[in-house]
Amino acid sequence: MTTIKQNTLALNGDEAVALAVKQSDVDVVAAYPITPQTIIVEKFSEYIADGEVETEFVCTESEHSALSACLTASATGARTFTASASAGLALMHEILYVTSGCRAPIVMAIANRALSAPINIHCDHSDSMAERDSGWIQIYVENSQEAYDSIIQAFRIAEHPDVLLPVMVCLDAFFLSHTLENVKTLPNEAVQEFIGDRQIPLVLGHEGEKVPFKLDPKNPITIGPLALYDYYFEHKRQQEEAMREALRIIRQVHNEFAETSGRKYGNGLIETYHLEDAEIATVCVGSTAGTIKTVVDQLREQGVKAGILRLRTLRPLPFSDIKKALEGVKALAVMDRSNSFGGHGGPVFHEIRHVLYGTHSTPFVVNYIFGLGGRDMPQNAILGIYRDLQAILKTERVVEDVRFAGVRE
Amino acid sequence: MTAPWKFTAREIVEKPDLFTSGHRACAGCGPAIALRQIMKATRGPTIVTNATGCMEVVSTIYPYTAWKVPWIHTAFENVAANASGIEAALKVLKRKGKLEHKNVDVIAFAGDGGTFDIGLQALSGAAERGHDFLYVLYDNEAYMNTGIQRSGGTPHGASTTTSPGGKVIPGKPQFKKPIANIMVAHEIPYVATASISFWQDLIIKTRRGLEVKGPAFLHVFAPCPRGWRYHTSKTIEISRLAVETCVFPLWEAKYGEYSLSPQSKVVALKPERKKPVKEYLEVQRRFGHLFKPGFRNVIDEIQNITDKRWNQLLKKCNIT
Amino acid sequence: MGQKASGWKEIPIAGVCWRPSTEYQTGDWRTFRPIHDSNKCTKCLLCPMVCPDGAIKWNAETENIEFAYAFCKGCGICANECPVDAIQMVREGEEV
Repeated sequence: MTTIKQNTLALNGDEAVALAVKQSDVDVVAAYPITPQTIIVEKFSEYIADGEVETEFVCTESEHSALSACLTASATGARTFTASASAGLALMHEILYVTSGCRAPIVMAIANRALSAPINIHCDHSDSMAERDSGWIQIYVENSQEAYDSIIQAFRIAEHPDVLLPVMVCLDAFFLSHTLENVKTLPNEAVQEFIGDRQIPLVLGHEGEKVPFKLDPKNPITIGPLALYDYYFEHKRQQEEAMREALRIIRQVHNEFAETSGRKYGNGLIETYHLEDAEIATVCVGSTAGTIKTVVDQLREQGVKAGILRLRTLRPLPFSDIKKALEGVKALAVMDRSNSFGGHGGPVFHEIRHVLYGTHSTPFVVNYIFGLGGRDMPQNAILGIYRDLQAILKTERVVEDVRFAGVRE
Repeated sequence: MTAPWKFTAREIVEKPDLFTSGHRACAGCGPAIALRQIMKATRGPTIVTNATGCMEVVSTIYPYTAWKVPWIHTAFENVAANASGIEAALKVLKRKGKLEHKNVDVIAFAGDGGTFDIGLQALSGAAERGHDFLYVLYDNEAYMNTGIQRSGGTPHGASTTTSPGGKVIPGKPQFKKPIANIMVAHEIPYVATASISFWQDLIIKTRRGLEVKGPAFLHVFAPCPRGWRYHTSKTIEISRLAVETCVFPLWEAKYGEYSLSPQSKVVALKPERKKPVKEYLEVQRRFGHLFKPGFRNVIDEIQNITDKRWNQLLKKCNIT
Repeated sequence: MGQKASGWKEIPIAGVCWRPSTEYQTGDWRTFRPIHDSNKCTKCLLCPMVCPDGAIKWNAETENIEFAYAFCKGCGICANECPVDAIQMVREGEEV
């Protein structure tokens, strides 16, 4: 394990992200302010103003332009970062797809915030869940330490020649973005050594010759052409392949980072807690996992076989890891901090039940939609969910499989 | 200061095309002429970014590309942001010693839809931030790629598929947005109008736009035979008429100082040379309905707005 | 799709183009063909500058204008603009 001396700082999630970006030797940051992501760009602006980074910071007039500028900066060969949330991410929607289609390895931090209307600045996952099919890798973190670590890993993952996909690192608004935590930070050199220079793979140039995949006057390439029914499908199939490769690379980078930092988050794709012999369990993404772990501890003390699976990577979906991890669970509650209106459950529920279909002993599965617009999810509410699961086990019956936790009737 | 760029027709003609044959623009396409001429004015390493539109579609039908320079298209409304990103990347890579070239020029191409309408915000933002790039608006006065719908750049009275000349409404009710003046109001170093009918003027202005430090905006008049409904051979002739009637006068504004370009200065100095707009309108079937009884007043309205804008321009150029 | 198109494992990533457009000949769109009269031509070099298709070349060795019929779409701008009427548009298949 690591012998590198690390510095413990009191940082909120946004500051942890900004520091990781600073240490990652990023060339271009283009961004637009939006609560609760603002601290990231503010902090980064301070680094620029104080001459602590060489980065070119483009303070655009919209999120749409922020991502558009990042996309071409990345295509020009620059390591590129942006950050957004909620309406800002929604405004980027069009360019999210273009970014992954152009295989631009941009890293973006999302401070997960509810979508309007009514307008609300607090945490839920409706913003990034709406973008889970955009071709971006999505990593959801549990705390600020993981936010810091994941940003550093994200550049390695995104820029890996077998992947070349943009990565979103999603952290819960306010619960993480604005809350101070002790964060262990690596020295600059360690981060830079870990990430290294951006690798540019070769593609075919205008005349079919092999040239670097970047906008370079010496070796001109054309990016973003018109491809219709004769070729579009092949390009989309390539993107799917890159996502599948990403499963391997995310684990690999995560393990290498563990060597450097001494920190691990499950296997990099999923993290389990007391799941091995669990009869009842929850699945969730984001910071709620921390509260759930505390509740699991309490239940374990009472002799209840409770566990939790935290999904760290939603895209690519670690299908077989989830399937394997949930073997033996008899009743499962999937926690969704967003809803798919009219979709019979939230997005995480859809994913997990999809994984479980066709397994030998499919558990009882229920969905809890909770915490919309920043509504708190206290320990006793989580405890209630585990009690519900116990009742389901006892009665061997699910009365209502999509439930709302914490909403007033 | 370097000496002003001088060139001979032969040098220009002998310079290999950077926007090459085999593109699939319609026969007689004005924007394709604009792009060919503009790419003849480049001064060295250049990166091009293109908004969605006719020129993007016709030049890069996969797996073919008509470009001999690095080229990227991402979307419709963001080409100025794309140029911002390229320029920012070049700047930092140069600072870090990771760029081989001493200088790389950045050109953004967009049509009227991508400039007057959906791309205006990104353009305004990039201009305000002061990125060093040349924005070229190739103006064919409607959304031609999607089938001739009206844009903010479509002139008054023109019939398009979303502003058809009907029984009661004589084509587009509104006037053309004065986009180049809007760009001058951004106080950027260089704004100019140009026409494919005066290629020397166009490529000199392109070069000036590349040479200035900071944003430059070039508004190029580029007729569309399909959308304007005239014979494919008349593209240059109609462009010339637009200048001669002062429908599209040629001028430039360096740091906000307006001056007329030679082809329009001639008209300013000899007003008898100013042709009536009727001569310009009657050769295009998009204005055909205006020549039917009932709509003839629209021709007067077009003459009036043309005169009004021309006189405003003369004032800005200190010609009275 | 006349030829066998490549599969997803073969084509470059990100939709990067790998063939020059000059391999795609647009000359068969043409209905009328420009015919150049070298005797009338003053070599003013206007026609190569107003051609949308780069289909009119100046040959520096022979000091003459040459038409790339493989790309000429027959729009007729060159004939319309030629100040000395040295270019004539003739229907394909018909004699001058």
